[in-house]
Amino acid sequence: MRSKSLLERIRLLGRAAIDILTVLGRSGIFLVHALFGRGGMGGSFQLLVKQLHSVGVMSLAIIVVSGMFIGMVLALQGFSILSSYGSEQAVGQMVALTLLRELGPVVAALLFAGRAGSALTAEIGNMKSTEQLSSLEMIGVDPLKYIIAPRLWAGFISLPILAMIFSVVGIWGGSWVAIDWLGVYEGSFWSNMQNSVSFTGDVVNGVIKSMIFAFVVTWIAVFQGYDCEPTSEGISRATTKTVVYASLAILGLDFILTALMFGDF
Amino acid sequence: MQNRTIETGVGLFLLAGILALLLLALRVSGLSGSATSETYKLYANFDNIAGLTVRAKVSMAGVTIGKVTAIDLDRDTFTGRVTMELQKKVDNLPVDSTASILTAGLLGEKYVGISVGGDESLLKDGGTIHDTQSSLVLEDLIGKFLLNTVSKDAK
Repeated sequence: MRSKSLLERIRLLGRAAIDILTVLGRSGIFLVHALFGRGGMGGSFQLLVKQLHSVGVMSLAIIVVSGMFIGMVLALQGFSILSSYGSEQAVGQMVALTLLRELGPVVAALLFAGRAGSALTAEIGNMKSTEQLSSLEMIGVDPLKYIIAPRLWAGFISLPILAMIFSVVGIWGGSWVAIDWLGVYEGSFWSNMQNSVSFTGDVVNGVIKSMIFAFVVTWIAVFQGYDCEPTSEGISRATTKTVVYASLAILGLDFILTALMFGDF
Repeated sequence: MQNRTIETGVGLFLLAGILALLLLALRVSGLSGSATSETYKLYANFDNIAGLTVRAKVSMAGVTIGKVTAIDLDRDTFTGRVTMELQKKVDNLPVDSTASILTAGLLGEKYVGISVGGDESLLKDGGTIHDTQSSLVLEDLIGKFLLNTVSKDAK
């Protein structure tokens, strides 16, 4: 096992690149087919509602609880730092801006990837390994339309809503800690927040961020399930991949989006 | 029956989303319907606008009556020309009103404060406030102070 020749290494590099491009291309075609395939979403409103329930409503509990704790922690931390500069009234604006710009979209997307993304992958992977997908195809139902598309749309719709709820609950938790517990004056807490938060600059940009995260996370989750090896080991690997890839994609994209939205260039 | 509870849950979920957006818009970012109320423009030339930024508020007697919309350099007089948009309902400012750049708190943001003059003619849309008082620049103050002590020592 001597070191490989230069040519061999170049060949391996090329093969890796082609493999990655193949997967990317396949997932792109898969997405286009699922979203804009023959017949579109006609008649599958019931399916969408069902998926919205399992993807969105069932994720509500973890989003609300963690949003509230994060808001409370932000208020505590912010208070202890800001009070040493004598400007503890700025706690409100700090909590609101942090949640709306960064933590709301990002943490909600990470939780969503763990809670709903992994479930989507496992569910679709299991359907594949028990050959439900191929039997659907056999009886003439397009699994992309019947199984995949409702799940994709449910993810796209749920995550922005979940992120907004996360921010609202977080700000409420922060205000509870700051006003009722630490004794920040209520009027300056809210007015400072309203002075510094702009609707288009902060709220809308946060929602746009979470829309992009929703797109990426759901796409990765559904594709990993659809593309997994139809064995129990393959499903477990696909589920892990979903959480890892989705988390990396969220954090990496967040940097790019923040630079574009708030970086001033 | 099972289906109905699912549908109700989803409906509540969507409603919660809309409610969250409304709360964020109204309560957190303070978006109000009067944001697009009618305004008129006034100009003011300052020797030094140091620290004033676009979107800073314009206030009178502590009440916000408008905002700064543009800051540029007047090429002829080498002064900073500040464009302000004031609410239409405050249209009775005398021509000799004074505009000064003030600081909110010790380290707070800069804003433009307007104090009323006594003239009978009023400022119109596009008018210019001539009586201005520039921003306080700490370096200038220190410089003057040092100059004073030096000239005292020389005597």
